[in-house]
Amino acid sequence: MNPFVLPFEACDQTMLAQVGGKCSSLGELTRNGFIVPPGFAVTTEAFVQHLEINGLNPKIHAALEGLNTADTDMLDRVGFELRSLIQTAPMPALIAQAIESEYLSLSARLNLIEPPVAVRSSATAEDLPGASFAGQQDTYLYVVGVAAVLEHTRQCWASLYTARAIAYRFDNGFPHEKVLMAVGVQKMVNARAAGVAMTLNPINGDRSKIVIDSSFGLGETVVSGTVTPDNFVVDKVILEVVKRQISRKLIEVVADVENRTTIERAIPNERQLEHSLTLEEIKAVASIAKRCEQHAGKPQDVEWALDADLAAPDNIVLLQSRPETVWSQKPNTQANSSAYQTGMASMLNTLLNPIAAKKND
Amino acid sequence: MTAVSKRFKSPYEDTPPAGSEGWQELYPYWLTFREDRKAIEESKFWFCDSQHWPNVFKPFDTIGVEFAVKCLGQYNTRHLLIPPANGIEFRVHNGYCYMSPVGVAPENIPARVPQFLERAGFYFQNWDSLLENWHVKVKSVIDRLEKLEFKPLPEVVALEAVMSGRGLDDTFDLTINYNRAIELCYEAWQYHFEFLNLGYVAYLDFFGFCKQTFPDIPDQAIAKMVQGIDLDLFKPDDELKKLAKLAIELNLGSALNAGGLDDSLAAVQAAPNGTTWLAAWEAAKHPWFNFSSGNGFYSTDKVWLDHLEIPLGFIRNYITRLEAGHSIDRPTAKIAAERDRVTLEYTALLPNDEAKAAFEGKLGLARAVFPYVENHNFYIEHWTMSVFWRKMRELSSMFIAAGFWSEIDDMFYLRREEINVALFDYGNGWAVGADAIGPTHWAKEIPRRKKIISALSSKRPLPAMNEPPAVVTEPFTIMLWGITSESVGKWLEGSATSDKLSGMAASPGLVEGQARVIFNADDLDQVKDGEILVTQVTAPSWAPVFSRIKATVTDIGGMMSHAAIVCREYGLPAVTGTGSASSSIKTGDLIRVDGTNGTVTILS
Repeated sequence: MNPFVLPFEACDQTMLAQVGGKCSSLGELTRNGFIVPPGFAVTTEAFVQHLEINGLNPKIHAALEGLNTADTDMLDRVGFELRSLIQTAPMPALIAQAIESEYLSLSARLNLIEPPVAVRSSATAEDLPGASFAGQQDTYLYVVGVAAVLEHTRQCWASLYTARAIAYRFDNGFPHEKVLMAVGVQKMVNARAAGVAMTLNPINGDRSKIVIDSSFGLGETVVSGTVTPDNFVVDKVILEVVKRQISRKLIEVVADVENRTTIERAIPNERQLEHSLTLEEIKAVASIAKRCEQHAGKPQDVEWALDADLAAPDNIVLLQSRPETVWSQKPNTQANSSAYQTGMASMLNTLLNPIAAKKND
Repeated sequence: MTAVSKRFKSPYEDTPPAGSEGWQELYPYWLTFREDRKAIEESKFWFCDSQHWPNVFKPFDTIGVEFAVKCLGQYNTRHLLIPPANGIEFRVHNGYCYMSPVGVAPENIPARVPQFLERAGFYFQNWDSLLENWHVKVKSVIDRLEKLEFKPLPEVVALEAVMSGRGLDDTFDLTINYNRAIELCYEAWQYHFEFLNLGYVAYLDFFGFCKQTFPDIPDQAIAKMVQGIDLDLFKPDDELKKLAKLAIELNLGSALNAGGLDDSLAAVQAAPNGTTWLAAWEAAKHPWFNFSSGNGFYSTDKVWLDHLEIPLGFIRNYITRLEAGHSIDRPTAKIAAERDRVTLEYTALLPNDEAKAAFEGKLGLARAVFPYVENHNFYIEHWTMSVFWRKMRELSSMFIAAGFWSEIDDMFYLRREEINVALFDYGNGWAVGADAIGPTHWAKEIPRRKKIISALSSKRPLPAMNEPPAVVTEPFTIMLWGITSESVGKWLEGSATSDKLSGMAASPGLVEGQARVIFNADDLDQVKDGEILVTQVTAPSWAPVFSRIKATVTDIGGMMSHAAIVCREYGLPAVTGTGSASSSIKTGDLIRVDGTNGTVTILS
């Protein structure tokens, strides 16, 4: 097995140290029958070797020595220096060859010359429960061709040293050298709609709900908060939609095939208030999120996309499933103690405080 | 939720249709909105109970609402002292039934609590033995009703009666029997509510727990966990399915299709194995064909036992479906498995053992009491009332023989106390040896009343009247009629836009199809495969039609209404409690029913 690249099929949840959070989760999902766009991981070993062979470690240590995270100018400058260092150092040939070879395999598998891929950072700390590093590392969309994949792999490595990420590790006591960066290279989704799904209600921690945020195009708009997405609350047990909020969705990010990139474009007025998902699609997303939670054994935060190139019902693909970190840390306090009244006392309470009246509180 | 600010029309502003002048006299003085009580009546919110009484009352037929709703009230107010809720006031307005729940003043609630705990607690603790006795009592009512006879008066008092020194005539027995029939009907309605209100309390208790523990849990998820599977209420339909299968097994399909009822039964009789099927048919009749094509509240509801062509028609439909390779069985194993799955998954979501214990206790009680909530309907509304109406028709036949009127249904244009008067008139003429006056009087009066009823029927009822309360909290109103602040608000909105209706999301799913609007069980045979049934309210005896339709929309009814239960069983979308679907939608309209969100859209 090549030490620098691993197809998702060869990754699983025990391999956080080798392939990072994102790739280990994608591997785990792939191996367990979930529909995940195919791809491979560039291992942390590749990153380690890149730093090692290019002699970057001493320079990084030196730059971080005595850093004051409150000094944002200094933080920005150090971050910029370190990213330039990692990005401009030549990628060791063995690593570059391994990535090229795996990219060509993906190309053969998809029967596409130069398949567009997403290059996604997959740090070893990002998905640890209790440490929400969400959004601290980069994802590059619609990357086409070997050269561009190699280039963006180095950019992902470098993204470990954004000012924000450095500060976050400082403030939360994560040693820099312990946080390594793997990279996921994954077939681009032709997303008609995409978003996130939480297997609990983030508003109140209610674990009997799945809450879906969804908008048109790729999910970046939802994750980054540049649109107000449609919001669907689904009952986890019977998978019925119990609440829906359709928002005016102003922009979408879609592939610009000709220019080998993605573009952000305005959504025409008449489409803005359209439902981004049909009822069946909402249920399909909820059902997949529920399976993710069952598989992981704890509440999950799932990224999904509806691939316009695939046929229903197998057109909902998973891009991420990671443990939910906010409510999962708290004790489950769903019901207050009066709900545990039993027998006649409880019936009395029910009669004197009818549920319809409570709704108005 | 915003408080409803608009108001509905007052009954005093809602003019009766032309030709119905004097309609108030057809009903008891206390049952209509009287001019001398205008201020009082206008201060209350009234909603139309078209769930139980979708059609204009003939004068006699108010017996159902009078006995039923009075008895409902007595259990809340006088037997159990349900702390926040007294009974439900009811009126007849332009021939339709309106209701207004009576709350308890907050300062009077605490004093009722200990009495409620003692009385209701006793029933819950002794549920099974009390319920066993309930069945004995109800069966006794039915047996006593069955024994009543209404025969024309004989030429002379029987010699044995004279020689035994009885000293009483046949009119005396006739009067007693009539009064006895009314009393037995009254007795049955007392029993009807003996357990029902408590059944709802237990259900609401579980319901409230679920809503609090799992905010926004769909009502239908709660219903799924509680719902019974083997219920007496489903047995009449099950019997028809068994008979259809037996007919196929015995190769009697074509014999049962031979012309009318008598022809078919004769053809079966003549066929090999025919007697086997006929024996099964006879065995199914008692008690299961004491089943009304309506809801048991109307004198004109057709009972299977008296209209065997109805069950035969359903059997023929089932045979056709079986021969076409369809399954006609309720998917009971699937329902049971789904019930277990749903229960298990919610249980697993509970935060701790204390919550689990509470959940299981409440669910256990709700499941223990809920079969009554469904089954009582067979014993009272169907079985008892079928026998009651049959006896009343026997009485009407007697009057026909005496020349009082000409049609069986004519008697129901009399108020029930007027029948006492007519009986005395009849007996008096017989005793005196002169004419009874009834034939002269009723020959004019009944046609006049028919015109009034017909005029009233030409106008649909207002869904509600006067100003709605800011919030509906009365638990039984919510449970039984699905009337909440929200639904009333939607009715008010609904009167503005007519192409989209809102109601209760009673059974999930989304379909489009042609509407078939049905106002009367007699018209059920018009329903074609794949249509969407739109009606004021469905009845349990409509079960056979559910295997043919795509979805159901009703004017009124909650999560536990018949339409909701059956649609969930058959996996059909249902929207209940829309207030006005049967008047807004026309047969042939293309409509979209979203049973998940409780909306109905008229597409074209």
